[in-house]
Amino acid sequence: MSEKTKCRIGVFVCYCGVNIGAVVNVPDVVEYAKTLTDVVHAEGNLYTCSSEGLGKLKEAIKKYELNRVVVASCTPRTHEPLFRSACEEAGLNKYLFQMANIREQCSWVHAKESQKATEKAKEIVKMCVAKAALLEPQSEPEIDVQPLALVIGGGVAGMTASLSLANQCFKVHLIEKEPELGGKLRELYSLYPSEKDAGEILEVYLQAVRSNPNIKTYTSSTVKRNEGFIGNFKVTIDNNGKEENLDAGTIVVATGADVLKPKGMYLYGENKGVITQLELERLLKEGALPEPKNVIMIQCVGAREEKDGGINYCSRICCAVALKNALKIKETYPEAEVTVLYRDMQAYGREFEGQYKQARESFVQFIRFEKEEPPEVFSEEDGRIIVRVHDISVNETLELQPDLIVLSTPLIQSEGSRELSKILKVPLGADGFFFEAHVKLRPVDFATDGIFVCGTAHSPKTIPESVAQAYAAASRAGIPMALKRVTTEAITASVKGEACTGCGTCIKMCPYSAIQKDEKGVAWVNDVLCKGCGVCAASCPEKAITMRHFSDAQVLAEATATLGVS
Amino acid sequence: MSNSVLVVGGGIAGIQASLDLANRGTKVYLVEKLPSIGGRMAQLDKTFPTLDCSICILAPKMIECYRHPNIALLTYSEVKEVGGKAGDFNVKILKKASYVESEKCTGCGTCMEKCPVKVPNEFDMGLGNRKAVYMLFKQAVPLVATIDPEHCLYFTKGVCRVCQKFCPSKAINYEQQPEEKTINVSSIILATGFDVFNPSTMNEYGYGRFKNVVHSMEFERIICASGPTGGHLVRPSDGKEPKSVVFVQCVGSRSQHGEFPFCSSVCCVYATKESILIKDHAPETDVYIMFIDMRAVGKGFQEFVDRARREYGIKYVKAHPGGINEDPLTKNLQIHYEELSSSKMKVLETDLVVLCPALVPKEDNKVIAKTMGLDLDEYGFFKSWEPLTAPIDTNVPGIYVCGYCQSPKDIPESVAQASGAAARASETIAQTIKEAIS
Repeated sequence: MSEKTKCRIGVFVCYCGVNIGAVVNVPDVVEYAKTLTDVVHAEGNLYTCSSEGLGKLKEAIKKYELNRVVVASCTPRTHEPLFRSACEEAGLNKYLFQMANIREQCSWVHAKESQKATEKAKEIVKMCVAKAALLEPQSEPEIDVQPLALVIGGGVAGMTASLSLANQCFKVHLIEKEPELGGKLRELYSLYPSEKDAGEILEVYLQAVRSNPNIKTYTSSTVKRNEGFIGNFKVTIDNNGKEENLDAGTIVVATGADVLKPKGMYLYGENKGVITQLELERLLKEGALPEPKNVIMIQCVGAREEKDGGINYCSRICCAVALKNALKIKETYPEAEVTVLYRDMQAYGREFEGQYKQARESFVQFIRFEKEEPPEVFSEEDGRIIVRVHDISVNETLELQPDLIVLSTPLIQSEGSRELSKILKVPLGADGFFFEAHVKLRPVDFATDGIFVCGTAHSPKTIPESVAQAYAAASRAGIPMALKRVTTEAITASVKGEACTGCGTCIKMCPYSAIQKDEKGVAWVNDVLCKGCGVCAASCPEKAITMRHFSDAQVLAEATATLGVS
Repeated sequence: MSNSVLVVGGGIAGIQASLDLANRGTKVYLVEKLPSIGGRMAQLDKTFPTLDCSICILAPKMIECYRHPNIALLTYSEVKEVGGKAGDFNVKILKKASYVESEKCTGCGTCMEKCPVKVPNEFDMGLGNRKAVYMLFKQAVPLVATIDPEHCLYFTKGVCRVCQKFCPSKAINYEQQPEEKTINVSSIILATGFDVFNPSTMNEYGYGRFKNVVHSMEFERIICASGPTGGHLVRPSDGKEPKSVVFVQCVGSRSQHGEFPFCSSVCCVYATKESILIKDHAPETDVYIMFIDMRAVGKGFQEFVDRARREYGIKYVKAHPGGINEDPLTKNLQIHYEELSSSKMKVLETDLVVLCPALVPKEDNKVIAKTMGLDLDEYGFFKSWEPLTAPIDTNVPGIYVCGYCQSPKDIPESVAQASGAAARASETIAQTIKEAIS
């Protein structure tokens, strides 16, 4: 490095009150730091992070013309941003700062070994000084974000997200593959816990979407291609057979879910008396259900299978759907017997337990079976259906003769999910649903910036849960659009073009889809998408990829400093 | 007219709502009753189904709130009065006296070391002790001390002043007064979280009488490395490692006759997580979960439960536990239960019982509802304007609700709803501006 000769490093060792100072001999570490190559100034501070400590740091940068700063204190997780800003305020690029953790990684864990802890603190400081000498200034480029969102899917989630974004004063392109908006709401009849039926609720949504000037709806449309990235997505859709190009700053995926058709299970498809819950909804909605005498509902049909390649998840909503429809049948045909065969009754949360109680009070029967002993369904020669089930609560096998069997089948990945996941370069989980950035704390983000997910495209959920998640996606997508720009990561990968053989390993490994081949066939990193995780650099067989701020030279300098070998 | 938002409650929901708003340029006042933000998630050891360390994934968000130029963190504070309407609420906030000047305190902990008064540590569910001058927990945000005047010798007896003598920053101020502050905000987001039902009212389980019957929040602190036992899984009666542990589900929840007929939604899966943690600590331990229905309804949860059964050997027993007896000598416990798969009465002897109590709405909700004119449901949750399509809205336009205080939910659902509340608040701001212009 050309600046190497001019490198002037300042080292600030923090006592952190007693946290470091009572274990590590701080003056000793300060004196040691002064002996290291390129260090022109070292001092101890009671609290480097206090306003007094930060003031001294900034003063020293000017007084000693420091061009690299090392603070030996606590964890960069909490304090690096603070020290970086102090460097910036003193006119130093913030990436010329290096933090040495001598608290969490030293004084706290070696509290009873003062002398050894002091030696270790020196080693840590030595490593950081060695790296600091090789640090280079970095920049965080900003890119513009168009205040325009593309929402894929026009069901409850997609319409809610669109309306919220539109009410935040962003323009919205709403893409729906069917000729009409509404999604599954079109097929449903009654919706617990509402007094209204699905049709009335749908009408309210449609009215709101139609009358909102910020929303432009594209029905009978699907996403074909996507180029670009956060701020400037270039999406090509097929609109009724015509290709159309749409720009968008952000994208919301709200493509919903399908319902499993239980082919070959419990005589479904063979006997007309065996239908799914969704088919029952449709019959109830159209008033086309012949009066049943004895209805049996079977839960967990093709769900919670616990087998390789099976549907192993619980579909969350089927028990509540069964309870709702059981009550509906009881209400419509009070003479009808309704029996629910279940494994675990998923009446979670505030409302469903009440619904469960209501069903029991309305004389809906519940029979519990074990996963290992599922019910059996046969048809007699005269067409009658027989259900045999082992009721675990009385430890008896029962034979029932229903005239209608309703199968509760899980929500599954919607058709086209796989293709869409490839087009948008966002992942699907093992369960087939879109896979978010972090299960716990980033439930509607994708790892790729600017693309969000909500509703049953994410996992099975109820309408209120889909609505809440749709608003969440509208908030998350709204952030970069409200700011009209995003700051991108400075610590990114860069490819030495001449060393790259175009093998494509990095492209496969990159979790953010940030790498592609350029026109010469060598890897090219999109700095906007790159998060600097380093997977590409580690996996490149030609060592053609360097991580900014974590170059091989910098990391080796640290290792060499402590191991004393090169 | 205001472009700011008030968020009430500094748990994960309040934190997420604040960050979403602040990151889009909206000024946020985040009010928290306790001296630190973090809420329940800060008390948990790990989170299901990924077994992420809870505080490790939460702390960066807490720090982000603290450092954010658009967030005014008002800890140890309460909302006293609310007037006005959506787009223009006037809110009076009371900041209680902490007797420590927060701008001077560096969080060094010297005062806590020197303070002679020990008080049961509420963050550790009373299992360990803190001092009369304390920080709620090690990663507290803001990292400043608070004096608890109910126990401080200076406030109770007029003596001591040790903390003042030793504080290197001269931050102790016994004369500090509560401060009142009035703010103007466009909307209000409520995220007050939950309380743990006290199982001592259920006599049959012996909680409060038998030392080795604990509840799940206590267990989280026992198994947590920063907790009162330093993360050593030991039972309270003798400090020995339990050879067997039984979790009892639905304690006070799903009750047909009691106060809380609803399902708390998270217990089946957190008990599974806690069982796995026991197996990680001591693989030989026998772990049982007694449950009515296994409700693993979230994303990846059923798979998590299946893994716990298959790979960790957790024993799931469909059961109605009727009562618990204690052996007075060994302090071991006998659980009498009806096995639902055989309808037989059985007895299981164990070293430690963990009760999974109903997680219930905060008592404070009643006061907040009165102050803001909000409807509560029959259990004390904030009532949604329309349960199906407007779960985040309340009966007062411009006041939104998220997290467990709206209805039982887990962390990802709380986080999603919190972001959702931020979207609703952003809509209110945008619409108010639009109306003002037109």
